[in-house]
Amino acid sequence: MKRDVDLLILGAGPAGMAAAVAASASGQRIALVDDNPATGGQIWRAGAQAPRYPAAENLRAQLAAAKNVECFTATRVIAQTGAHELLLENPLHSWRIGYTQLILCTGAREVLLPFPGWTLPGVTGAGGLQALIKGGVPVRGERVVVAGSGPLLLASAASAKAAGARIECIAEQASLASLAAFALQLPRWPGKLRQAIELFDRHYQPHSHVVEALGDGRVQAVRIRRGSRLVEIPCDRLACGFGLRANTELAQTLGCAIEAQAVVVDNLQRTSLAGHFAAGECTGIGGNELAQVEGAIAGFAAVGLLAEAQALTARRRHWQRFADLLKRHFALDPELKSLPTADTVLCRCEDVPYGAVAQQASWRQAKLHSRCGMGACQGRVCGTAAEVLLGWPTPTLRAPFVPARVDSLLHAAALSSAAPTAVE
Amino acid sequence: MNADVIIVGAGIIGAACAHGFAERGLDVLLLDDQRGGATAAGMGHLVVMDDNPAELALSHYSLSLWRQWAPLLDEGCAYRNCGTLWLAANEDELAVAEQKSTLLDAEGLGCRMLSASAVHEAEPMLRPGLVGGLHVSGDGIVYAPNVARWLLAQQPQRIRQQHAQVSEVSGNRVRLCSGEWLSAEVVVLATGSARELCPELPIRPKKGHLLITDRYPTRLRHQLVELGYVSSAHSSAGTSVAFNAQPRPTGQILIGSSRQFDSLTPEVEHDVLARMLQRAIDYLPSLAQMNAIRSWTGFRAATPDSLPLLGPHPSQPGLWLALGHEGLGVTTAPATAQLVVNQVCKQPCAIDVTPYLPQRFASAEQPA
Repeated sequence: MKRDVDLLILGAGPAGMAAAVAASASGQRIALVDDNPATGGQIWRAGAQAPRYPAAENLRAQLAAAKNVECFTATRVIAQTGAHELLLENPLHSWRIGYTQLILCTGAREVLLPFPGWTLPGVTGAGGLQALIKGGVPVRGERVVVAGSGPLLLASAASAKAAGARIECIAEQASLASLAAFALQLPRWPGKLRQAIELFDRHYQPHSHVVEALGDGRVQAVRIRRGSRLVEIPCDRLACGFGLRANTELAQTLGCAIEAQAVVVDNLQRTSLAGHFAAGECTGIGGNELAQVEGAIAGFAAVGLLAEAQALTARRRHWQRFADLLKRHFALDPELKSLPTADTVLCRCEDVPYGAVAQQASWRQAKLHSRCGMGACQGRVCGTAAEVLLGWPTPTLRAPFVPARVDSLLHAAALSSAAPTAVE
Repeated sequence: MNADVIIVGAGIIGAACAHGFAERGLDVLLLDDQRGGATAAGMGHLVVMDDNPAELALSHYSLSLWRQWAPLLDEGCAYRNCGTLWLAANEDELAVAEQKSTLLDAEGLGCRMLSASAVHEAEPMLRPGLVGGLHVSGDGIVYAPNVARWLLAQQPQRIRQQHAQVSEVSGNRVRLCSGEWLSAEVVVLATGSARELCPELPIRPKKGHLLITDRYPTRLRHQLVELGYVSSAHSSAGTSVAFNAQPRPTGQILIGSSRQFDSLTPEVEHDVLARMLQRAIDYLPSLAQMNAIRSWTGFRAATPDSLPLLGPHPSQPGLWLALGHEGLGVTTAPATAQLVVNQVCKQPCAIDVTPYLPQRFASAEQPA
């Protein structure tokens, strides 16, 4: 099966939704693809206990009204089958989709760094805990420690608190001076200032980072380094994330230029590859406001509405400055590289300790000899950690880009006669 | 002299040769450009192949050496004596299985014919309707990159490893890309991409695709190969696929195989991959709904007669060859090392080396 569209948008978070809405005015055939069961991305994740997000509702209503936009949720990109053609898979089918233009809105993922005890049940990412809570996991009455870096820590703690958890500590690795400098700039973005005040929690501790999660069969306490002191905090859950990493792999694999771990784009969100645009977190971590503006610019530009696109550049500059500020003030302390010990598991899929990987010369050698990154997550977690800890660059993807049914790969063949589908 | 022996290529062949020379008390310098070759890409199937007497002699001898290593290998080497189940889909293939059985029996190799129902009982994941099979009990699997690492770790005082790309070979001397010349009593070329250094060698790259599934509760017990594999393995042109499935100790299933002469790019080719997978689904229908997590390609170094080149270079004194193993490099690595080391040390070999001598192509060296 093969379908064709004028414009394909990958990722239905803030950037992708805004892009689809902006482009829909053109009347072109547009497909919006996301691997989650609903639109909204990570930040506006739908679920049993998910709050309502007005901005998301607004975009969803506009998408529903746009008859020329088709949404494919629970759908993943599993291979590139030709120039301007990708192979998609959903829980029932797989099919090739051809496009004239593409907007990559592939978002970002949490940076999970290994430390002793990080694989204990009860330890999750900071965004991970938020996703679990939105999905309906009960945390009422639980003692929660949030640790790592970035604004996501406060948001995660607020979600846990709203769901009835008790916050014991929010350990932010950035220094007090750095956070103070950040806070001083916040009045330039009144919405962000208001959000920071709303989310702020008296347990917020700068210059603090997790050293170890302790527990027998499940996390029971966390050891935190606060400046030069070590403190132990009893808890039922630890949510730990060290900021976000742009999902650049697909763009890189298609041939778009990547710099400083972000897809390179120009003022119209065009990548280095003709007909290919990128917007949102995959072009650099900047938050959902920036993502929406970038998405709209990409959507307008892709359908030739250049005046509309250009009209948004001042807004993008405004939010880009906020993104720059985040990057500057939440930069990771190099000391965090000493978090894992030699026997700390780095690759959870294949049970590979950090020591077996760190002694290798490159990611490739490490994969070959330790089998790290060879499991079902395809190195997305341990590869990102190795990038931070060891400075190894991320390799390009090979088909299947994500785990995919063997049957689906039969549809990758250009001639369907070469691979008839024998199995229903 | 920089060492007694310089070996170019640290795949399983180079590592086995380094191990063999070190065991004889020689100092080895092992050069590798870390581009990764067939050892990194291959399946790691230890299999007796009997397409011709020389192939059978070499693989049989090598399997006996593998069984000596087996108890010593570490867990990372993932050695399993899972046996091979050759599958007959029709009466013609069953006849091939019976011939094969007679041949292997005569060599003293443990094997037995299985009826259709016995095949189904041995591997319930296989589709119904196969007419029978041949079980070869001595075959097995390994994870070859870690066997190479293990081999080098056995004699650390005798083997030096250097990350370097060789740009030129001349007898017992090699030149590195840095311009530096190194020399030894003997230089051994043990790389599938040897043609970059010796264009006169009759070696062609034969591309192959592989795919591995996610982990599942154990469903396969044997390496499964269709009997049509032999004709695919020995075709000398075009693209062919044959069903070949391997149970990894992790519960993953490794799927092969494809053979192409006309493609030199390392990219996964969807048409070839799809053909190969369709073939696999024909044999293992439930594979269709299992998740694949990775596919990749590699290049086998193929010679015109499908036998490796083991021995002195026909016209360059001091230069020795241990290459051209096509798809049997892992299987025949221990035997290759013994035959090359014994020839270099002027000691008798356990089997007749004549069929593998590079000299056999020297008279036909004129370009066609």
